[in-house]
Amino acid sequence: MNFTHDIIIVGAGLAGLRAAVECVGQADVAVVSKVLPTRSHSGAAQGGITAALGNEEEDRWEWHHFDTVKGSDYLGDQDAIEIMVRDAPRVIYELEHMGVPFSRTPEGKIGQRNFGGHTRDYGQRPVKRACYAADRTGRVVLDTLYDQCLRHDVKFYPEHYVLSFSFDRERCTGVVAYDLATGELLSLQAKAVLLATGGCGKIYRTTSNGFASTGDGMSLAYRSGIPLEDMEFIQFHPTGLYPLGILVSEAARGEGGLLRNRFGERFMERYAPTVKDLAARDVVSRAILTEIREKRGIDGKDYVHLDLIHLGKEKIEERLWEITSFVRIYLGIDPVYEPIPVQPTCHYIMGGIPTDVDGRVLKDEKGSVAPGLYAAGECACVSVHGANRLGCNSLLDLLVFGRRSGLAMKNDVLRYGHGSISAEPLKRMESRIKDLLVPKGKEKVDSLRQKMQSMMMESGSVFRNEEGLKKGIEEIRTLKERYQEVGVSNQKKAFNYELMEVIELEHELDLSEAILLSALHRRESRGAHWREDFPHRADRYYLKHSLVLLTVKGPEVRYKPVKITKFQPEARVY
Amino acid sequence: MLLKLKIFRFEPEKDEKPYYQTYEVEADPMDRLLDCLNRIRWEQDPTLSFRMSCGHGVCGSDGMRINGICGLACQKLVRSFNEEVLIEPLPVFKVVKDLVVDLSPFFQKYHSIKPYLITKTPPSDTERKQSPEEHERFEEAIRCILCACCTASCPVNQNRETENYVGPAVLVRAFRYLFDSRDEASEERMGLLDHKDGAWGCQTLWKCTEVCPKEIPVTRAIGQIKKRIYEAKHEG
Ligand SMILES: Cc1cc2nc3c(=O)[nH]c(=O)nc-3n(C[C@H](O)[C@H](O)[C@H](O)COP(=O)(O)OP(=O)(O)OC[C@H]3O[C@@H](n4cnc5c(N)ncnc54)[C@H](O)[C@@H]3O)c2cc1C
Ligand code: SF4
Ligand code: SF4
Ligand code: FES
Repeated sequence: MNFTHDIIIVGAGLAGLRAAVECVGQADVAVVSKVLPTRSHSGAAQGGITAALGNEEEDRWEWHHFDTVKGSDYLGDQDAIEIMVRDAPRVIYELEHMGVPFSRTPEGKIGQRNFGGHTRDYGQRPVKRACYAADRTGRVVLDTLYDQCLRHDVKFYPEHYVLSFSFDRERCTGVVAYDLATGELLSLQAKAVLLATGGCGKIYRTTSNGFASTGDGMSLAYRSGIPLEDMEFIQFHPTGLYPLGILVSEAARGEGGLLRNRFGERFMERYAPTVKDLAARDVVSRAILTEIREKRGIDGKDYVHLDLIHLGKEKIEERLWEITSFVRIYLGIDPVYEPIPVQPTCHYIMGGIPTDVDGRVLKDEKGSVAPGLYAAGECACVSVHGANRLGCNSLLDLLVFGRRSGLAMKNDVLRYGHGSISAEPLKRMESRIKDLLVPKGKEKVDSLRQKMQSMMMESGSVFRNEEGLKKGIEEIRTLKERYQEVGVSNQKKAFNYELMEVIELEHELDLSEAILLSALHRRESRGAHWREDFPHRADRYYLKHSLVLLTVKGPEVRYKPVKITKFQPEARVY
Repeated sequence: MLLKLKIFRFEPEKDEKPYYQTYEVEADPMDRLLDCLNRIRWEQDPTLSFRMSCGHGVCGSDGMRINGICGLACQKLVRSFNEEVLIEPLPVFKVVKDLVVDLSPFFQKYHSIKPYLITKTPPSDTERKQSPEEHERFEEAIRCILCACCTASCPVNQNRETENYVGPAVLVRAFRYLFDSRDEASEERMGLLDHKDGAWGCQTLWKCTEVCPKEIPVTRAIGQIKKRIYEAKHEG
């Protein structure tokens, strides 16, 4: 079956829906999502969205600019960051006008709270910058944007899985999608395709990410010859619920929660004397793991305590309702009376598909545009997060650049007609699926995935070194070979999740290799990328973005410069 | 511990009627029921279908009937069951495959109540003001994750004769907008709800409130909608 639209958006998280809201009415837009739209993982976001509104105390976008640059360990592009932080207040007010139910200050303004790395006066002390709705900010923003899409009759293809892109020479002209409910293939033609497919946290064993976060969009772009930028920078959030990895938002520390080791010591005072528990995430995650390595974890085990008790029942239940309920349900303990066991959990990928500030995908280090292809949200790399993202800057990124991509697409499509229709891409996918459905027997998707997830924890998580990375790459390559022997034993058409997971695994394996390879080549420590064998930042050699490109000879690592406007790199202390 | 899961199976194109299949899973008491379902799918029977996404009760994907009561598989721990658990799809909805149901009628009803803020006064350059007390009035309702457990449990929705009732989940969202001090369409909203398949469809049977995984006082919210409609009519 063939359908034609002006714009196809792949992904119904905040980035995709924000873009859809921007162009609906002015272009024929359709949103494709492998999960029902409101099940997108953006709904899991808890803590908030940053903007220097100054509702609770004085704040300026210049400070937000500095904090984000410093947080990125000077790898973020400062021009793009400036666009984002200056646009932030407008983005928040726009959401409020659409109906987002933010929590409020006593004067009735949007409530704001502290978050790690956000400070006043260029690092002097923490500032309340994150706009929030209790600890369900992502949920309510996703709901509001979804409701706006319904209001404007955006066309959805729910539970449709995108398998590949179609190209007319250089230009991207649509996607091939698999209808999970029926097993049918669809060819969706468009003048512009936006990838808003989210992150790839499921590559790691311990993660805050949902099952759908398998990095499909990044990998599809990579296979089409688009390089991936800064893939070595994987954020581990300091406070995942032990042992599940479910997120306990930084809002818990923003509201006054404290980290303690087995002696009850507030160890962050040693690692970040100025802002302590509210340091950037890479710093806190390393601190926790150092405590654990030096046997100061609780009972000598792999976790520390997050202590909220002094906040009192009322504040905990009002501001942190969701995480309180997670702790009660999954651990059977009550954070009002007992400290929460936490450990770092894979959370976010700073890298992704390189784009300009309007979402246009860039296909090389010179910045040439890949026509017809756009990307926004966690799968994209603008780059505003550099080597480490600050809390609550992701939702901001999704909304600012989701909107800008929407604007760019609706203008760009006026200039183009539809490319020529070819049955080729659909046929290719048909035979690919047929091929997968032949039972080959030997290898099972779950055991390969488990191997990959453990391997990535071992060699590609918070602490890295050459030996581990090399071993990791080798093992991933072995897994890729074994993957050739994976067959799908479920032959059913309706809701064949096995088939989808087998395809996802191939994406995950490709991305794992890209991550480890970029990490191996960066022989320095910067932001979330910590090399035990090169424990210092080396601006002279590595103040540059990495690009990993799939060539006929396999993946190859290249570089492109960082854009520095106002802030020269300095030592990064909190 | 060894857990037996007796699971509803149905593939409409192929099976004449649904049947139950029992699987055994070795599980840790702290495992989620969702983990057990996944283990079945990954290790024993890949043809089993069910939805999931977040894995921790925030996306609303995995509503199903567990030992007769609707809930989220990712929110139930193995330790709360004895040897055997009975797992069935959400009632009320048409089964598409095993535990996957067709939610499109649910979302159509949802769409019908205009689930978005309607305002007439143009906004200022900054936020519309709302006091913490005004926010508090609908705060519990914004926890809703549209899992449809309440609607599936509602005896009114279960009854064929009254199945057009919009159902509690939709009314929770209607409540959220009706009681939002920024909204300026309360008359229109009340008009949409003031009929036998709207707010008056609810017979105050509390089933919805009992099952809501986000502990939303659903029945109370519906009661407040009814009261508001009643008062609006009798005031003027
Ligand atoms: C638990 C948690 C809490 C967080 N809290 C915060 C916070 O408080 N503040 C903050 O700023 N950031 C937070 N983050 C980060 C932020 O939420 C994410 O980065 C962001 O939501 C990603 O949004 P997205 O729109 O890019 O993608 P997602 O919301 O992940 O959506 C991806 C979409 O793509 C679709 N998709 C993917 N692949 C395919 C395919 N092949 N075919 C069809 N559809 C596909 C999916 O169905 C889905 O609709 C949090 C993240 C997590 C995990
Ligand atoms: S209280 Fe109303 S909506 Fe809830 S179950 Fe009973 S009849 Fe249904
Ligand atoms: S009200 Fe509760 S049970 Fe009903 S859909 Fe919302 S979260 Fe689910
Ligand atoms: S999987 Fe998201 S609610 Fe259970």
